[in-house]
Amino acid sequence: MAHGPKSNEKIVYVGDSRVIKRSNKPVAYDYAAYPGKSEVFIPNFLLKEWMVAVVALVGVLVLVMSDPAPLGYPADPTNTSFIPMPDWYFLFMYQLLKYPYASDQYVVIGTLVFPGLLFGGLLLAPFLDTGKERRFYRRPIASALMFLSLISVIYLTVFSWHHYTKELEATGTIPEHIKAEEERQAAKKSGQPAPSAGKTTQVAAIVDESDPAAQIYQKSTCVSCHGADLKGQAAAKIPALRGVGDKHDKAGLLAIMKNGVGSMPPGQYDASKAQGLSDADLDKLADWLAKQKKAQ
Amino acid sequence: MMKGVYNWIDERLDITPMWRDVADHEVPEHVNPAHHFSAFVYCFGGLTFFITLIQILSGMFLTMYYVPDIINAYKSVDYLQHKVAFGVIVRGMHHWGASLVIVMMFLHTLRVFFTGSYKAPREMNWVVGMLIFFVMLGLGFTGYLLPWDNKAYFATQVGIKIAASVPYLGGYIQTFLQGGDIVGAQTLTRFFALHVFFLPAVLLALLGGHFYMIRKQGIAGPL
Repeated sequence: MAHGPKSNEKIVYVGDSRVIKRSNKPVAYDYAAYPGKSEVFIPNFLLKEWMVAVVALVGVLVLVMSDPAPLGYPADPTNTSFIPMPDWYFLFMYQLLKYPYASDQYVVIGTLVFPGLLFGGLLLAPFLDTGKERRFYRRPIASALMFLSLISVIYLTVFSWHHYTKELEATGTIPEHIKAEEERQAAKKSGQPAPSAGKTTQVAAIVDESDPAAQIYQKSTCVSCHGADLKGQAAAKIPALRGVGDKHDKAGLLAIMKNGVGSMPPGQYDASKAQGLSDADLDKLADWLAKQKKAQ
Repeated sequence: MMKGVYNWIDERLDITPMWRDVADHEVPEHVNPAHHFSAFVYCFGGLTFFITLIQILSGMFLTMYYVPDIINAYKSVDYLQHKVAFGVIVRGMHHWGASLVIVMMFLHTLRVFFTGSYKAPREMNWVVGMLIFFVMLGLGFTGYLLPWDNKAYFATQVGIKIAASVPYLGGYIQTFLQGGDIVGAQTLTRFFALHVFFLPAVLLALLGGHFYMIRKQGIAGPL
């Protein structure tokens, strides 16, 4: 085959005689099985579908231009006040975990049983609803279960969002992506360059590293958690002391040393004194820490 | 010229049957909105596919700028959105498309359910469709982390924590997704790989199966 000088040879594909030809293939219904005004897929119907797609595309672009994709501040694992919120299509499962019968010792109900029943039921629907009837009003059990699931999912989603907005109000929080966008707009209006988001992730430098207070710091109990390099421990949500002067003044820092703050235990002031530091040393230390401001 | 090239290839590879098989079928009246407006419910599947195409294309353009590491991920998204020409459009399409594809898929699933189109002989196609649904949810979950802002970070942290509370398997799921002790550098590269390579590959394979079965079995008849 294909060795001869004939240039107009046509390759004809034949079956393999070793493969038994099956004759009991399921017969696919073609359009002729449904009498009526059928239409060829290519090109007539596909062009109409394309028109529908174009309308959808215009809708997407209107949405894109009216509401740009949100972007908040860079991820900061030490941020303890952020209210976590999954994307909207996971909210119904998230909300479920807030009810007492689906959390704590019953958390399996919220994480496995309900989602398992819902998604398992959907996955196996054709094997559970095996009757020949296709109209939904003649399949009361299947349809009722679907309506029930729909109502529950919508209810959970709506109330999850409701709780979230209430929580935002109660804590006086403006979602970060809105705050960040407002800052960008304000910068744009005042002619400033847009705030470079990268800056906030940069670790501030230590101010006045040669100050004797830096030596006092190394002797204090602060070091054991906030680290010799003042960087804190992101994983344990211990904040860095670099740039701490932006948040607290000297009096505030002394108060924190004495009384603690958040998950930081009180009594660090006295514990440091027990390690041989004097009140004057700790005063200098607080002075120095208050000077730890981020370079502008 | 084009015809000549086509004939040259067709003589050697016999490609005509391949595309004629896709092209040569007719659309019955009961699913054609041009004849019965209520048949627009049959558009949802096609629209899901259309938005999936938008997602694939916009995602390909996003990876030209996106850098999957914890120092640069946020910066690259910020740069892409606020400095690159039309970057805001491309990221916006990917962001809104992600939600719309879920909406369209949800509507398509409801249409198939309420018209009973999943009944014999189309059970397998329904199962494949549900698997596509799960892959889409996976794409949504992994993609949510990539901008690496606080919203992304804490949503992922909570999501992994919930997955970790599953009995027996929870610890393994957590290790698989997180790749370390905390949601961090490992998690970001993992989610990037899942979002850009693994899940789309699975998605394309499932979509191929979905469409093959539609052609093989045809559209379910009128009610």
